This record gives sequence, C-alpha cells and structure tokens, in this order.
Amino acid sequence: MGTSTAPETAASSRRRSATTRRRSRSTTGFALALLAPALVLLALFTFAPGIYAFILSLLQRRVSGGLLGGETSLEFVGFANYLATLGDAEFWASLGRMLLIAGIGVPATIILAALFALCLDADRTRLVGAWRIAIFLPYAVPGVIASLLWGFLYLPATSPIGGEVVDYFGGTEVFFSVANIAVWGVVGFNMVIMYTALRGLPREMYEAAKLDGAGELQIALRVKLPMIKPAIVMCSLFSVLGALQLFNEPTTLRPLANAISSTWVPLMKVYTDAFVHDDIYGAAATSLLLVALTVAASVLVNSIGSAIGRSGQRKKS
Amino acid sequence: MTIALDRTETPDARNTAGRGEGPAARSAARRRTNLFSTAILVIGALYCVLPVLWILVAATKSPAELFSTPTAIPSFTGGFWENLTGLFAYKDGVFGRWMLNSALYAGGGGVASTLIAAAAGYALAKYRFRGSTWIFRLIVAGVLLPQIMLAIPQYLLLAQVGLTNSYLSVILPLLVSPYAIYLCKIYAESSVPDEIMEAARIDGASEWRIFVSTGLRLMAPALVTVFLLQFIAIWNNFLLPFIMLTDDTKFPLTLGLFAMLRSGASQAALYSLVIMGTLLAIIPVAILFLSLQRYWRLDLLSGGVKA
Repeated sequence: MGTSTAPETAASSRRRSATTRRRSRSTTGFALALLAPALVLLALFTFAPGIYAFILSLLQRRVSGGLLGGETSLEFVGFANYLATLGDAEFWASLGRMLLIAGIGVPATIILAALFALCLDADRTRLVGAWRIAIFLPYAVPGVIASLLWGFLYLPATSPIGGEVVDYFGGTEVFFSVANIAVWGVVGFNMVIMYTALRGLPREMYEAAKLDGAGELQIALRVKLPMIKPAIVMCSLFSVLGALQLFNEPTTLRPLANAISSTWVPLMKVYTDAFVHDDIYGAAATSLLLVALTVAASVLVNSIGSAIGRSGQRKKS
Repeated sequence: MTIALDRTETPDARNTAGRGEGPAARSAARRRTNLFSTAILVIGALYCVLPVLWILVAATKSPAELFSTPTAIPSFTGGFWENLTGLFAYKDGVFGRWMLNSALYAGGGGVASTLIAAAAGYALAKYRFRGSTWIFRLIVAGVLLPQIMLAIPQYLLLAQVGLTNSYLSVILPLLVSPYAIYLCKIYAESSVPDEIMEAARIDGASEWRIFVSTGLRLMAPALVTVFLLQFIAIWNNFLLPFIMLTDDTKFPLTLGLFAMLRSGASQAALYSLVIMGTLLAIIPVAILFLSLQRYWRLDLLSGGVKA
C-alpha cells in the first residue's frame, strides 16, 4: 500500500507510510464500529443459541428419588439424545413426509418458474408486466395466510375447486395440497430471478441461432435454459432449504386436516418434543441433526449444479 | 405453434423483433401475439390471483351464508360489513392490535436490520484490515444456522433474562441477516468508488460523514431491496412469535389469525371472520409491493451468483 514505483526521497516515502498507517489504524476502528451491531447480534442470537443448542443436546434431565417429590438433575449423556432421535421411527417418518412434499414441490416450483420466465422472455408475448406482477403477488402473502386461504379452498364446505369430490385433506392428497401452497407462494419469486438472468443475456446469441434455422422453442430450451443455469441452481438451493424448514403451512392446516399429526414434519416434531413433551434436550439434538441435513443439502445442490455446468461446457467445446 | 409463427415472419422482422428497434419494426412484431407463451402466462396469473379473488368473494358472505350459498358467487346482503365490524369487535378489537403489531415488527425491524446490514456490508467492502475476510466468512457461516432452527434455544436464552413474551423477543433475533449483509457488501463493492471516498477525505470529511452522506446514498437502490426482503421475512414470520409470545395483544397478524382459526374448529361462525382477516392481511402488503415495484432490484439476488 505504502510502496510506490515513482522515484521518491526516502524521507517523503517514510512520511507517507506513517500517515497511511495512522489512517489505516483509525479506519480499522471505524470499520469495526460499523460491524459491531451486526457482530454483537449475530453472536447473541445465532452463535450463542447454536452453541447452547449443542450443549443442551448432550444433556438429559434425570429424575432421582421419589415419584412425586423427586429431585431432577441434569446429566451429561454424550450423544445419547442423537442416537435416540436416529432410533425414533417417528423422526424418520416425519423426514420421509417432508422429503415427499419436497419431491413434489421443489421440481414443480423450478419447472413452473423456468416456464413462466421463458414465456415472459419470448418474443411477441403480450402484457409482460401484468403477468409478471400477478405471478409474483403471492410472494407478498405470508405462508400462514396463504395456508388459511388455500385451507378454505380445500375445505369441502367452502371449496370452489371441488372439495366435496376430491378429499384435499386425504392421506395421499394432503401432500399435494401442502406442496401446492408452498409452490403458489414462491413460484413468482423464482420466476423473477430467472427472468432477470434471461434479460441479462446478450441478444445477439439468439440471432445466430435463428439464422441457423432454430425455432423459438428450440432457442428457449437449447440456448436460453443452459445459460441461466446459475440462477436455476440458486433457486433450487433456496427451494430445498425452504422445504427443510417446512412448518408454517402444515401447522396452519392442522385445525382443518385430520391427516396432519403434531409430528408431521421434522420441525413440527421438534416443536412438539420441546413444548408439549417438555423434552428440550431431545428437541435440541433433533434440530442439530436438521442443521447437519441443511448443510449436506446445500453442498449437494451446489455440486450437482457445478457437475451439470461442467458437462454442459464439455458439450459446447 | 411458436415455431410455425416464427417461420411466417420475414427475415427482416425476425432480425429486429428481439431488439425492438424502430416503431415500424416494433408494430410489425406486435401484430402477431405469441399465443403459446401468452396463454401459459394467463394460466399462471389466474393460478396466482384467483385464490385471492375467491377470498374477496367469500368475505362478502355472512357466517350463515358461507356454508349454504354457491361458493363462487358473492353475496350482497351486507355480509361484508357484518364480517368487518365483527372482526374488529372480536375480543375488544384485538385484530386492530395485531395489524399494528405486524406493521411495527416488520416496519421497525425492517428499517433497523437494513441499516445494520448496510453498515456491516459497507465496512467489509470498503475497508481492508486484519481479520476482515475472517469476519466475512464468520457472517456467511451464519446462513447455515437457519433462524427457524435456532428458535427454541433463543427462547430458552431469552427466558433466562426475562425477555420472552415481549416485543423485543420477536424483533431482536431477526435483526441481523447474513444474506442481507452479503448483498450490501456485493453492492457497496460495485457502487461506492474509492476515488469519491478519497476525495471526501482530502476535503476533510470524517469516515462517519463519508459513510452517511456518500456510502448510504450510493447504496440506496440495494437498500430498498434489502428492506423489502427483510420486511417480508419478518411480516411472514410465524414460528418465532408462536414460540415467544403468550399474550395475544402482542401477536402479529399471522399468529393472531392462526389462533382464531384454531378456536374456529369449535365455533364455525369464526370462519367468516378469519376469511375477512385473511383478506385484510393481504391488502396492505400487496399495496406496498405494487407501489414499490419499480424500486425492486431483484437482479441483485441473481447477480450475487454470477460473481
């Protein structure tokens, strides 16, 4: 920083590096002051609870002494809570239900968002602005409110979409019903991200493809879609992370749907364990296992994305 | 269908259609609507908007009509007014409180978290000091601990300092967002030139003044987007208030309406009030969104991936 290639006297160079150093010391203090609120809040409300959850997950409350007036004490039990969660059939069942909903909802979100984005970007599409706003609108509707809304659309007594014929809260149908609410809420957001990526592509590329005789459909699938791959990977990542945190929609539908149990998806199980069964230690272990899954899922989506990218590049060259 | 339409075009129109150059070329391109893509978008728009319109129809029905009249036809027998007054009369007007609470949580929390993210992102982008990359990595690592999974330990920690069931318990954990800091850093790097900062320093401006009068102003487009994202995140939050709050005068809209629905299972008359509440919960955010539409810079979100 203080070095310069221009010819300088030793004294002036020394003077300059001294002022630079003095300023850099004061700017470091200023930068840290700007960072302080974020770092303090992050430490208090993200890292401290994370560490606290880890400590809790290694403990267990044991009752010693008599049945009613017995003393309880905290005991260090190592990874026993984790093993208990991993051996709990209901944990795997809740995870399976969550994966089923993700298996329906994530591909539906990505495919529909890509389809809408490509249609918005296609030549001679009418009223682009109006459709974009309309499809984006549900993003502004909170998940709980969207679930109330769809809940009444599904409810046989009020349903305008054939709720008396189709049992939207049936054992199988309910997975599609919940996935549909999630897709409805986020498809517009994903569409806008992909559409923005499409608008950023150089238009000349399509001209070359058109001169080669490619139709608009072929251009959309063979030229545009591969070019917005980073946006699609990011949307997939957000959708997978969203699915792991599924809680609001099934919780809101529960008063209407008997098929949804209190431990229907993993986070509902964590909540029930902690606040209904009063087992915060087991709940902490389960939520940390979910964090591990979150990390694994993001790594997986990222590496799938880059693997597709590599094979795409090889094809091109 | 699109392919067929394409072939009928003259080569000339084909070349200019994409760029939309010149009024003549544009009107020639406009003449033939792309039926396929427009039709798909119409279906998508209907899927997204019709449920909201149906809620509007359902809100016009009195509790007696809700389950007895044809579901898609609005009622004009005064049910709308009945539901509206009924909703605001419910439990001494607690619904009005919920709306105010939601506005306070999302508005106040949104502004505060945007400023915190702006300061942190600006510091990380514009100053080089020992440990700055390390701090940045630490902040980004925060993304891996999603707020929603930290809610229970946060509850237990706040319970120890007696802060549960308070306004602060719902706002504080949401004030810092690693993603918002990341977006602010990326934007500050590209939009606040070192030369301007250096010129201000030579003019004798303090670092603080440079940040407030130059940095924040240049970052404004990104800050509006970050504010809207944070506003929605807090407005939509359900788990945190669900865990933290027991006193229903502190509930946000989402939790309040959920509690109403739960009691509606035994009192069917509440359903029409919940429907009215759902409608009223959608309207203000929809208006906020549509009015701030042109300030949305969603390209920032995907721009972060390209870098």
